[in-house]
Amino acid sequence: MSVTLIRLAALAGVALVATTAQARDLTIVSWGGAYQDAQREIFFEPFTAETGIAITEDSWNGGIGALRARAEGPAAWDIVQVETDELVLGCEEGIIVPLDWDVLGRDNFLPAAVHECGVGNIVWATVLAYDADRFPDGGPESWADFFDTEAFPGTRALRAGPRQALEFALMGDGVPVDEVYDVLRSPEGVDRAFAKLDSVKDSLIFWEAGAQPPQLLASGEVVMTTAYNGRVTAANQSEGRNFQIAWGAGYVYQLDSWVILANSDKQDEAMQFIEFWADPDRQALLPPYIPYGPTHVDAAALVDPEVLPDIPSAPQNLPTGLFFDDAFWVDNVEALNERFTAWAGQ
Amino acid sequence: MAQATIAQTDAVTSSGSMITASGEPLKVSLARAERRKRLTAFFLVVPLLIFILITFIIPIGDMALNSVRNPEVVTYLPRTADAIQEWDGQGLPDEVVFEALVEDLREGMGTPAIGRVGARLNYEKSGMRSTMQRAGRAARQLEPPYRETLVERDATWGEPGTWRVIQRESSPFTLSYFIAALDRTYDDEGNIVQVREDQRIYVQLFIRTFMLSLVITALTLLLGFPIAYLMAHQPARIANLLMILVLLPFWTSLLVRTSSWIVMLQQQGVLNDLMVLVGLIGDDGRLLMVYNQTGTIVAMTHILLPFMVLPLYSVMKTIPPSYMRAARSLGANQWTAFWRIYVPQTTAGIGAGGVLVFIISIGYYITPALVGGQSGQMISNFIAFHMQRSLNWGLAAALGTILLAAVILLYYLYNRIIGVDRLKLG
Repeated sequence: MSVTLIRLAALAGVALVATTAQARDLTIVSWGGAYQDAQREIFFEPFTAETGIAITEDSWNGGIGALRARAEGPAAWDIVQVETDELVLGCEEGIIVPLDWDVLGRDNFLPAAVHECGVGNIVWATVLAYDADRFPDGGPESWADFFDTEAFPGTRALRAGPRQALEFALMGDGVPVDEVYDVLRSPEGVDRAFAKLDSVKDSLIFWEAGAQPPQLLASGEVVMTTAYNGRVTAANQSEGRNFQIAWGAGYVYQLDSWVILANSDKQDEAMQFIEFWADPDRQALLPPYIPYGPTHVDAAALVDPEVLPDIPSAPQNLPTGLFFDDAFWVDNVEALNERFTAWAGQ
Repeated sequence: MAQATIAQTDAVTSSGSMITASGEPLKVSLARAERRKRLTAFFLVVPLLIFILITFIIPIGDMALNSVRNPEVVTYLPRTADAIQEWDGQGLPDEVVFEALVEDLREGMGTPAIGRVGARLNYEKSGMRSTMQRAGRAARQLEPPYRETLVERDATWGEPGTWRVIQRESSPFTLSYFIAALDRTYDDEGNIVQVREDQRIYVQLFIRTFMLSLVITALTLLLGFPIAYLMAHQPARIANLLMILVLLPFWTSLLVRTSSWIVMLQQQGVLNDLMVLVGLIGDDGRLLMVYNQTGTIVAMTHILLPFMVLPLYSVMKTIPPSYMRAARSLGANQWTAFWRIYVPQTTAGIGAGGVLVFIISIGYYITPALVGGQSGQMISNFIAFHMQRSLNWGLAAALGTILLAAVILLYYLYNRIIGVDRLKLG
C-alpha cells in the first residue's frame, strides 16, 4: 500500500470517528435481558418522550476491567449500572464522577444508596429459598434450620465463595443480624463461621451462576439453597413454581448503582436522566416487572401491594435484612477466598 | 535448475574441485541453489509464522511476564519507593519516608493510583486497600510531622510489617506471585514460609489436576482401545458406522454434552432414578455423582474419548493381520499373540492418544467448571477465576506459567523416554 493510500485511509477513519462522535446519543448501559426491557419501558422511553433526548442502550456483564477500558477510550458510555465493587473502585480511580447530591437530596434515598459517585438504583438480595411443595408441614424459617440436617434432611446449596456464606453461617449460629459483621471482623468470628459451614459440609453443594438455584430446587437436587431473590420470583411467575423465600431468616441485600463516566461529554444530560429516574412514582413501577426494590424512601409505599412482599426493601422485610458490607469484603476477600476454596475443595 | 548445473559439470579445476559451465566452483553454486530453496520454503511459511507470533507467542510471553511484573508501587508511589530503599527494616522508617508517602498520596488522589496500589498491596497484606484509601483521603489535611499524625490516624502505619511490604514490593519485578502460587508467603521477618494450613490451595490443586488428568487418560485408553480395535477389524460398513458413533458426540456442542451429563448423573437424574427403580439403592441413598470429582472424571473421559480412539484406530489400521497369524502359527496362543505381537505395535497410537488426552485435560476448563463442584475443580478454573473475578492477573499468570512449564517438562521427559518421533496421530 502506498503512503498516500494509507494517509487517505487514516483520514477516512478519523472522519468516521468524528461523525459518529457527533451523532452519539446519550448512552445508558445496563444488564440486558428482561430487566433492561423493563427499564426501557419505565424509564428510557418516557425520558426521551418528555425531554426529546434520544437514548442509545448497551448492555454489559460488569467488571472493573471493562469499565476502565470504556473510561480510557473516547466517550462511548455515559450512564452505567454497576455493582458496588465497580462503584467503589471506579470512584477511587476517578473514572466515574461525583454526583450532584444537592439536586438529588441525600435524605430522599435509603442510606445505603447514597455514595459520592453513584446512586443506588435497585436493591437485590441473596436469600434462603426452598420449594414449598416439598415441605407440606412448613419449610425452614431460619438459618439455624438451614444448618439443621436432622430436622430438614437433604442436600442444600450455597454459592461457591465466602461472600454471604459466612454471613449466613453466623446467622445460623445465633448471631443477631446487626452484629454479623462485628463478629466476622475478628479472626475467631471467621473460624466460627467456617466451623458452622463445616458442620453440614457432607450435605452441601455449590452453585456458580444465578440461574442454577431455581434449577436445583426445581429438579429436587436440593431441599433449600441460597439464591438471588429476583430469580426465585421469576421462577414462580414464569414456571408456576411454589418457591418460597424465608425473608424472616435473614438475608443479605446489595445495591446496583447508576454512575456517570468521567470521560462522558454528556454530563448534563446524564444528570438530567438520573433526576428523571429518581422520581419515586416512577421507581415504584419496576417491582411488578422484576422484584428488585426501589431506593427512593417514598417509593416502597407506592409499590403495588401484591408484589411488595417479594422485594428486599419492603418495610416488612427490612428488619431482618443485612446490608452487604463492601468495606469488609474489599479488604478480606483474597484471604477468605483462599480459605473458602481450601475448605470446600477438601 | 540445480540439476542443470550438475549436468553441465564436467570440468575439473587444477586444484581438484569441480566447476560449473560458468566457471564457478560447483560447491558454491550448489550452496546457492540450496539457499534459494530454503528461502522459498521460509517465505512460504512466513505468513503462518507471523500469525503464530502475533496470536500465540507474543501474548503468551506477555502473559508470562505479568507474573513477575510489579509496576504499581514504583509507578504510583515513586517518592516512597525511592525513599524507602534507605530503610534498614528495623522499627519504623524515618520521617522522610512518611513525607514522601504523603506527597505521593496527595498527587495520587482522584487518579487510579491509590486504588491500584491499594489493590496490589492487599494481595500481600489484608486490609491495605482501605488503609491506603483512608490515608489518601486524609492526605490533604495532614500536618507534619507526618510520622506521628499518620500513625495516630491509622495504627497500620505504625506496624513495621506494613513498611516491609511496601519496601519489598517497591521494585519493578517481583517473585511474590510465584511465591503465592506455591502457597507460600513472607512472614514478618521477610522469610518465605508456608501460608496458614487452611489457606493452602494451589499445590494441592496442581497435584489434583495432574492426578485427574492421569486418571482420565487411563480411562480413555481403557475404554478407547477396544473400540479402536473393533473398528480396525470390522468390515468397512460396520467400521464406518462405529466411526460415526465415535465422531457424533465430537461434533455436538461441548456445553450440550456437559449439561447432559448433569441430567444423567444428578441425584434426581436418570442414572439415580434407574438404580432406585431396580432397587439397587434406596430413595434416600441416592448417589452424589456430579458436582464433585466423579462428575469431572466421567464427563471429561467421555468428551476426550475421540482424541484417544482416533490415533489408536489409525495405527491399528496399519498393522498387517498376517503378523498375528504368524505368531499363532509359531505356537503362541491368542493372548500371547495379542499381548506380545499386537499391543507393542500400537504403542505409537497409545503414546499419541495418551499425550493428546493428558495435555488437553491438564488445561481443561469448562467441564470441571460446570460439573466439578468444588472438589472437581482444576487449576485452569482458578486461573480463570483470577483473570475474570478477582482481577489478580499476576497470580493468574504465575499459575499459568507454572502449568506451562510443567507441560513442557512432561513433553521433554516423554521425548527422552519414548521419543516424540514415535508419536503417530493418523
